[in-house]
Amino acid sequence: MAEPALVEVRGVATMLEVRGIETFYGAIQALHGVDLAVRRGEIVTLIGANGAGKSTLLMTICGAPQARRGAVLFEGNDITRLPTHEIMRRGIAQVPEGRRIFARMSVFENLQMGAAFADPAHFAADLERVYTLFPRLKERHQQRGGTLSGGEQQMLAIGRALMSRPRLLLLDEPSLGLAPLIVRQIFETIRAIARDEGVTIFLVEQNAFHALRLADRGYVLVNGRVKMAGSGAELLANPEVRAAYLEGGAH
Amino acid sequence: MEYFLQQLINALTLGAIYGLIAIGYTMVYGIIGMINFAHGDIFMVGGFIALIGFMICSLLGIGWAPLAIVLVLLLAMAFTSVYGWAVERLAYRPLRGSFRLAPLISAIGVSIVLQNFVQLAQGARPKPHASVITGSIKLHEADGFAVNLSYIQIVIMVVTVALMAGFTLLINRTALGRQQRACEQDMKMAALLGVDVNRTISFTFVMGAAMAAVAGMMFMMYYGVVDFFVGFLAGIKAFTAAVLGGIGSLPGAMLGGLLIGLIEVFWAGYFSTEYKDVAAFSVLVLVLIFRPTGLLGKPEIEKV
Repeated sequence: MAEPALVEVRGVATMLEVRGIETFYGAIQALHGVDLAVRRGEIVTLIGANGAGKSTLLMTICGAPQARRGAVLFEGNDITRLPTHEIMRRGIAQVPEGRRIFARMSVFENLQMGAAFADPAHFAADLERVYTLFPRLKERHQQRGGTLSGGEQQMLAIGRALMSRPRLLLLDEPSLGLAPLIVRQIFETIRAIARDEGVTIFLVEQNAFHALRLADRGYVLVNGRVKMAGSGAELLANPEVRAAYLEGGAH
Repeated sequence: MEYFLQQLINALTLGAIYGLIAIGYTMVYGIIGMINFAHGDIFMVGGFIALIGFMICSLLGIGWAPLAIVLVLLLAMAFTSVYGWAVERLAYRPLRGSFRLAPLISAIGVSIVLQNFVQLAQGARPKPHASVITGSIKLHEADGFAVNLSYIQIVIMVVTVALMAGFTLLINRTALGRQQRACEQDMKMAALLGVDVNRTISFTFVMGAAMAAVAGMMFMMYYGVVDFFVGFLAGIKAFTAAVLGGIGSLPGAMLGGLLIGLIEVFWAGYFSTEYKDVAAFSVLVLVLIFRPTGLLGKPEIEKV
């Protein structure tokens, strides 16, 4: 269980592959050679404590900051050195840490921003799809993003990401700061997006229990290194994981 | 009453010019958080290009004023946009991400460079130019005092209102404007949605410079003279207007420009011409004491 399950993954339609990524903030090294892979159609989760480098990894995939060493491959193409906006136009969307809703734009405008580089012919259908997924957003479509509740902002962040019709959706702690009921709802929606729309999902979470139950496979990140990998069920049953992330360990 | 009306007309004209310049300050501040101290000099360059443009027009024998004005307007906007774009590209972008004061110091440097460049290229003496538009409408006359609205004042106000309306639509209604606002609110997130942030910043500088070019041209036509130093005071006034209206706010810049024009002209008209600048800047001080975000400014704190 100690070795990341990269070998078995390679060869199958690998959507995202991260090879030996090292990321620095100035002189401080945040990631020490991370390897992982996400296959097409999978839900993969990355769990770890606060400060383990989870968000850094997601942002490195998006090229902000760029990895100093190692490579990021998306659908077989090296995207490590591309500028962020070019990476995002290739079919990746991110729901970032803290949601990052445009506070002075309406819900509708936020969704328009999500579709900024999508085919305008799909806009109406995609908007309808997001409003079906989150009826609350439809009720509030003229309201300013900054006035929404935390849960609604999370819905908007996910909806905005979906508007670009991504093939790979990166989610950074979608459960953070939300009430348990809303958390369950958000995770249900993520499952539905993967199942019904065929979007591949890479989910970063501190809420290991929900994340591992949802995911096909998971990785555990500790101090910028992948420490364990396995199926969601395996990791859920693993005593080390249970002790560190499930029984009031590192929350 | 007649005197008051006349001053009001003069004030609105001046306010329009300040408002056009102020838009450039406020937009650049909104998107990258720096005061572009070279913006006043971009305005001055716009004035000079207009002057040269009118001379070319008369050389080519384009005598019909409306055609000449439109041609010169386009010429001034095009050239000044290149200046705005180049200044950002050469003097500010390399400094992005360094300490906060660096681009500010660079801006002061650019200001000095532009002033000296124009002084060397065009000479230090004020350049006069014969009025392109003459004549006026007598609105009202009483007790031997006539209220005049000159054609040039009408042109300035109409062009300014049209430009500001078009610009507001561009920012609020188009995809480009939405991307500009997105970068203003959260650059990192905008990039995560595929927005080319550098291009959007360039666009902001180009728009600001084009507005300043129009202001410079109007200024040159209104006063019939331009020199290499006019950008300094006009720039500071417009900057004051932007702060007064609430820096970062587009309607704020327009309102602030109008107010600075009103204060300056009325102070000069009723109290003393020498102290008109003091009056304008005093109001700024008062506003900053009692309403630090300006009249239409957004509060800094927002729910996250």
